[in-house]
Amino acid sequence: MGVQIQVPAVLRKHTDGARVVEAEGGTVAAVIGQLETQYPGMRAELLDENGEQRHFVNIYVNDEDIRYLGRLETPLQDGDRLAILPALAGGAWQVAPFDKLRAGSSGVVQVALQRRFLRFAVR
Amino acid sequence: MSVEVAEGANHRVLTIDQIRRYQRQIIMPEVGSPGQRRLLNAKVLLIGAGGLGSPAALYLAAAGVGTVGIVDFDTVDMSNLHRQILHGHSDVGRPKVDSAADTLHDINPDAEIVAYNEPLSSYNALDIIRPYDIVVNGSDNFPTRYLVNDACYFLKKPLVDGMIFRFEGQATVYEPGKGCYRCLFPAPPPPGAVPSCAEAGVLGVLPGIVGSIQALEAIKLILGEGTSLVNRLLIFDSLPMEFREVKIRRDPSCPVCGDEPSITELIDYEAFCGGPAASALS
Repeated sequence: MGVQIQVPAVLRKHTDGARVVEAEGGTVAAVIGQLETQYPGMRAELLDENGEQRHFVNIYVNDEDIRYLGRLETPLQDGDRLAILPALAGGAWQVAPFDKLRAGSSGVVQVALQRRFLRFAVR
Repeated sequence: MSVEVAEGANHRVLTIDQIRRYQRQIIMPEVGSPGQRRLLNAKVLLIGAGGLGSPAALYLAAAGVGTVGIVDFDTVDMSNLHRQILHGHSDVGRPKVDSAADTLHDINPDAEIVAYNEPLSSYNALDIIRPYDIVVNGSDNFPTRYLVNDACYFLKKPLVDGMIFRFEGQATVYEPGKGCYRCLFPAPPPPGAVPSCAEAGVLGVLPGIVGSIQALEAIKLILGEGTSLVNRLLIFDSLPMEFREVKIRRDPSCPVCGDEPSITELIDYEAFCGGPAASALS
């Protein structure tokens, strides 16, 4: 029966939109390896080029962060639940950056402009 | 945990109007007259008057939170209105904090609304946050999210955090000394590593639910009632209509709240939010 993996919305482009997928493997690393064969692209979302867990994506086994278990070597048993949790910035005004840029009211741009202005003023 | 709310001289006794206004929550034993006075003396700061900040501000002001601060430098855009329910059609083009203050005054003239029509940065974050008891985070970008987290830890303020992405939301409470956002994610992702703003979208109801959860958590902290989301990250998936949670721990190696912190002052991360803004800056 394997391990059940909760896929967050951000990564469902790799799983054809599936919210929950299953994979086999005795450790988190093994499950990620199998995930990659089923859903190419998933490994690079979770691990960096050195095979280390990315610092902006957390992995939980039965609701516990694997950093406090055995990291990627955390052992898994059939029926365990694995959850992937990427950092989300989300909040208020994420939708239309192009419009905002044109209107000159993008938060990102204004913050940066303000900072540049301040730097300039300090000089 | 309950928040230390200063016993203001102004709300030692409830007025007749206040008893009328708040009767349906005063009759609950968990609130009562003492709880209502705590709410009236409490100061809550909202970061953002957008999708999350709108419902949070409305419910906090309506509940009688005495001082509601709002930080936002944006103006109301037509595309905000499907989710930012503080603002109306006639507010398009106005500063969001002005529109928010009008709406909140109308809902509850009791609430003092303090508007900060400026971007939050390392220059002003500590000064703005310092007078408040609780901070509710409705920011939409990583630089602000880290700035608010760090400032709240430095000032020992509880932070009620919320995040949304498409049909998913998250909420938690960071209590100083019991873990922070950097225990979860030590540093912002590099630009391009997470979906850009242009890829994101959201149904208005979703921030409505997450922002309401944030308001409720803030009220619980003020009243000292119930079990807060401290050390738990609530994950809400609206399509299957599921709530799950994962554990959050204080990370002893956390760069801010760990045993040997490497970050001891505020950082202004370079603003990024996907391709368009980044390229516009260069």
